[in-house]
Parts: sequence; structure tokens; C-alpha cells
Amino acid sequence: MNASSTQTLLIQGGHVIDPGRTNGIADVLIEQGKIAAVGANLTAQGKGKNGSVQIIDARHKLVLPGFVDLHVHFREPGFEYKETIKSGTAAAAAGGFTSVCCMPNTQPVNDSQAITEFILEKARIAGNARVYPVGAITKGSEGKELAEIGDLRRAGCVAISDDGQPVMNSLVMRRAMEYALAFDLPVIDHCEDLHLSEGGCMNEGVVSTQLGLQGVPAAAEDVMVSRNLALAELTGARLHLAHLSTAGSVRLVREAKARGIRVTAEACPHHFTLTEEAVRGFNTLAKMNPPLRAWDDVQAIKEGLRDGTIDVIATDHAPHATQEKLQDFAAAPNGIVGLETALSLTLVLVEEGVLTLESAVAKLTKAPARAFSLNAGTLASGVDADVVIVDPQETWEIDPSRFRSKSRNTPFAGWKVKGRVHATLLGGRIVYESSEAR
Amino acid sequence: MSLKQKDLTGIASLSAEEIMQILETADSFKEVSGREIKKVPALRGKTVVNLFFEPSTRTRTSFELAAKRLSADVINFSPSNSSVVKGETLLDTARNIEAMQADIIVLRHSSAGAAETLARGVKSSVINAGDGWHEHPTQALLDLFTLREKKLEFRGLRVAIVGDVAHSRVARSNIYALTTLGADVRVVGPPTMMPACIERLGVKTFYDLDQGLQDVDVIMMLRLQLERQGRALFPTIREYSRLYGLTTERLKIAKPGALVMHPGPINRGVEIAPEIADGFSSVILDQVTNGVAVRMAVLYLLSGAGN
Repeated sequence: MNASSTQTLLIQGGHVIDPGRTNGIADVLIEQGKIAAVGANLTAQGKGKNGSVQIIDARHKLVLPGFVDLHVHFREPGFEYKETIKSGTAAAAAGGFTSVCCMPNTQPVNDSQAITEFILEKARIAGNARVYPVGAITKGSEGKELAEIGDLRRAGCVAISDDGQPVMNSLVMRRAMEYALAFDLPVIDHCEDLHLSEGGCMNEGVVSTQLGLQGVPAAAEDVMVSRNLALAELTGARLHLAHLSTAGSVRLVREAKARGIRVTAEACPHHFTLTEEAVRGFNTLAKMNPPLRAWDDVQAIKEGLRDGTIDVIATDHAPHATQEKLQDFAAAPNGIVGLETALSLTLVLVEEGVLTLESAVAKLTKAPARAFSLNAGTLASGVDADVVIVDPQETWEIDPSRFRSKSRNTPFAGWKVKGRVHATLLGGRIVYESSEAR
Repeated sequence: MSLKQKDLTGIASLSAEEIMQILETADSFKEVSGREIKKVPALRGKTVVNLFFEPSTRTRTSFELAAKRLSADVINFSPSNSSVVKGETLLDTARNIEAMQADIIVLRHSSAGAAETLARGVKSSVINAGDGWHEHPTQALLDLFTLREKKLEFRGLRVAIVGDVAHSRVARSNIYALTTLGADVRVVGPPTMMPACIERLGVKTFYDLDQGLQDVDVIMMLRLQLERQGRALFPTIREYSRLYGLTTERLKIAKPGALVMHPGPINRGVEIAPEIADGFSSVILDQVTNGVAVRMAVLYLLSGAGN
């Protein structure tokens, strides 16, 4: 990461929400790149070399901890034509995210200290956001032999996952969970039974039947959620379930939490915003894994977010080049970019009354930081001054050509949405300002 | 006379009136195929490209004959001898063909949605000649034409579609076509071959062939794709044939005079007994003959030549 700013900043008059700590009009004082104070009518003494104080007027705006995304794909090394750590972190900053966890399914897979160090070095040079690598569970994510998880941890990985190529062998998964206990490292699973999902490219249901596309049943996810919960109970490991998409998953996790199993879960904006209907017309921009599900599933995901079963909102930001999504539906790759649309789509849940504003913010900040034990997602005194200033009233049209991401693959192009990032600060340094803010 | 849409990518997007319009147009073209000189100048100067990414003999030949009998120039283009093997995308291939002023592209592709994707990307008219498990609209139209020719009334007509419905574009197109025209459609086969929520398409499901054939006017047998045996859809061809093969005894369960159809190519002795395929109930070869007339009608209506 680039050195923090030595500039003293005073963010004045905004509606500060630091979940569980502050929710009201307040000022935020930043000194030496750290949060110095949050409170009413703060005054700043210029420190540092030039001794000046930069005042940021945040009246009518929200002042929030920088968002934390537990699930992004930055494609570097190996697929730099889709995204680089530089472009990915720029997209993060534009979306208000200051901490991102990048999945290991690069080429080569991040199953070694060397790749982890490479990613961290690229992130340091880019300087747009804090990047926390997620290491592979198994060598090459082949599901056979454990990766050097201790080394990965020491090099800076914050969790392990074989995302996209889930560990099918339950014994290997058991051993991974046990081994990770030694480092108190969360084990993430993308829950998909690869036999049940084989050949599938959308949700199995009436739409897949009408379109003649092979479906992926909800059970392909539920079966693996169930297995993972049983293994978490057996081992006592910290389990984190990626991108839940089914009503069954939500039910299973709710029950597991009630029984005291250590599990956290995330949901993605597309899974609480869209249904399988979006695939009609063979729309490859609505192709993702897990697939967009049925209306009942969407309602269950929202209920899971509301009652706390689902702790975290994560994007599963998955860039793909335009020509890849121009292929026929079955051949097109899974995934959409999400960093630059997540905030607005999350605020819809607030508008709908599913979440309070504070709980929505918590699912983007405090909850993900806690799930992976990151020192982020808060405005507590002394932490790095990662702050996002949001204009909650601004309405705008999603225009992929203006994305910072290298890729444009979103099903939300042309959507009119409300709530936009006004500025993003990383360690007290402005890393993104909307054109209106400039 | 012409269709409102540029393309024919599926039956799902057609109204009952449009379906009937195609069938009525096919009536007049059927007469052409019976003449000494089987040719009319309706599409003279137009170019039709058969773009077939999947092997097909009967459908491609049928489209080729249809286009030639309308005096169009026909090019056959298949991936084995084209740049497709060099990694060109479907859309780029089609745009190149379009750049050579093709008026109509007839597409057969293994991927569902290929025709719709192509239709959005080119100005030429696109006719879907089968896309994955999605649709095969001209097959359904020629099936309807054959039923109508046998003086059957669509409204209330009881039709059983038997076999691997989940993996059949013929089944989907026929379900859309027949239900749109008011027929009473049932699908018959093992549960492993029934796609999710199939009844939401307005059909009834039977897992027992004898029950499924009760009082039906028409039996449409689907081809069993023998290579699917290893995919846990059915244990053996032997058992499938015993449970779901159409035999002379079973045919008696249907209404007297019931018609038997099959899109071909048939597996004799597997899904259909040879004596039925060759018997008086079978209209399998009428289907083939009518395929040319129906495809002439579709080519004609999409070309705008009637305007």
C-alpha cells in the first residue's frame, strides 16, 4: 500500500454511520492517515509538514467506513486482459470498497507464497485499495493435496478457498478445515456439487426448460452447504460460505447458527436483485455461478439478510472480456462485474425495508471485516482512515463504459439507481472522487 | 404476404395466426413439388446459406431442396471445412457470410440460443434449423402440416409425445405449436427424461406408456439418443425399449386410426417397432415430403418476396 497521507482532514457535517458505534450527524477527523476522532463540532490543528487542514464538506452525505468485499476476482496473474490488480482496485475505489479479498483462481493458482507476494506487491504499487489475498485450499485447486496453508497465511492470505473448483472430496475438506484451525484461518467454500451441476449453465426450473438449457438444481448448492456445515461441526473450523443463492442454503445456515456452528455467509447483489427470468433471450450477462435463481430463492436470501443468517454482502466481482460474453450461452463464461454497482443495489434493500441503513452498511463493512478478522470496516480511533462518502440521494444511470474495471459485463446497464459514491479515502488519501465531487 | 418478424428462431414467438399462415402458404408450395418441373421463381436472385455446425443430412437437404425449388442460390457451409475450427466465433462467421450478401441464413447449432444470438447480430434473416435442446421450429411446422393434411382438427386433438423430452428440441417446438393451436398435449417417458416444471408448459406428464397412450389421436415418438445410456438417464436400451418402445399391441391402446410420427432418424426396434414404422398408421415419410413444402413457405415468407 502507498504510504498514508500526512495531511490532516476534517470531514464535516455528514451523517456518520459506523455500525454499532455511531449513527448520526458528526465530524470525522483524520490525522496521519488514521482516524483521530469522530464526534460533534470537531476542530483540527494542522500537523505535518505544511500544517494545513483540508476540510471536506459532507453535509447531506453519508460518511461510512470504507467497504470490505470478501469476494473479488482480479484475474492477475494470468488473465490480465479481463482485469488487473490495478484496474480492479480502481473499480473497488469507485464503488466505495477500500478492502478487497481476491480469490485464488488465477493462472497460476494462488497456492504459494510467491503468488501471494506477487499479488501484494502489485496491490502496493497500484495503491487504490487494500488487497487481501485468499489462498488455495489445495495445490492448483485440484482438490487433492493441501496447499502450503501455513506459508500462505504467513505471506498474507486471510482465508483459503478453491473457489469455482470446490473441493469435492469430503475427506480433503475435513483435513483442510482441521489444518486451518492451527492458524485460525477461515475456510471458504463455493458450495456446488460438481456432479449435480455438470453441464448446467442456469438455474434448473421452468425457464431452463423453456430455453432448452441444462439446469443446475438448487440441490447442487444445498447438498454442499449441508456437507460443509457437518464438517464445520466436526472440526470446529471457521467456515465461510460464499455467495448463497438458494432458499435451502439459507434454511440450513440459519439452523446451523442456532446450534452454535461457527459459520458466516455472504450473498451477492445479483442474487437478491435478479431472478432466472433475466436469462430469457439467452442473455449471457445474466450467466453466473451460482446461477440466478427463482423468485422464492430471492425472497429467502433477503429474509436471510434481514434476520442475520447472511452476515455479509459481497460482490463476486468477476470480469470477463466482451468477446467472451458474446459467445453462445453455454460457451460464455460465468460471472459479472459488481464492485461499481454493489452500493446502489444494496440501498434498494433499505428502500424496500429489508434492511435498515445501518445494517446494510454493517454488511458491507463491519461484518465482512469480522468474518476474516480484518482490521478494517470501522471508524474507530487509531485505525487506518478508510472512509467512503456517499450521496444517498443522487440518482444515476449505470453506464458500463464509465466503469474503472477493465470489463463491462453487467446485466445492470441502463438501470436507474439511487445512491452513489462521492469520494473514497484510503489511509486518509483520496483515491476516488466522482466527477460531481471534483 | 410475409411474417412480421425478420427471423424464425422458434415457435414460442409465433401466434396461432402466424402458424396457420405458414401452413397455408405451404399448401401452395406442396403442389409445386408434385409438378414435372419442380421450380418457381419466387426467390430468384436471393442467396440462402445453410450454416450447419452439427451434422445433419435430412434437415440440410430439405432446406437445400426448398431453396432450390424457389430458385434461390444455395450455399452449404459446415464447420469442418471452414474457419470455425480456427477459433472464429459464431457471430464473426455469420457476419462474414452476411458481408457476401446472404439474404437468409439457416442455422443448425449444438447450443441452445445460437439462432437468437445470431439473429440479433446480423441483418440477414435467420432460420433456426435446430439449436441444442431449445427449438426446431420447421420440424414442428412440418408435423402440424402433416396432421392438417390428414384432416385433423388441432383444437382438442390429443397428442402424446413419447421419449426423451428433456433433451429434445423437437418436443419443445411441438409443445409450443400444439398448445398454441389448442391441442391437448401429454408427454410420456421416464422421469429422468422429463425437464423441470414441464407441466408449466401446459402439458400433462405420464411415466407409464400404456396410460399415456389412452385415447390419443397422435403419437409422436422421439428418437432415443443411444449415447445417453451412460449418463444415468436409463439403465439399458433393452429396458427402455420394453418400457417405452411403441409396439403393435400398445398402438391398440390409442384411438383407432391414431397416427404415428417420428422426426427421424429412427432406431428401429428401440423406440418404434419396424412394423409400425412401415405400417399404415405411420406418416413418417409424409413428414419428410412435407418438410420441403413447409421450408419453402418459411423461406418465402421471410424473404419478403410476397410483398
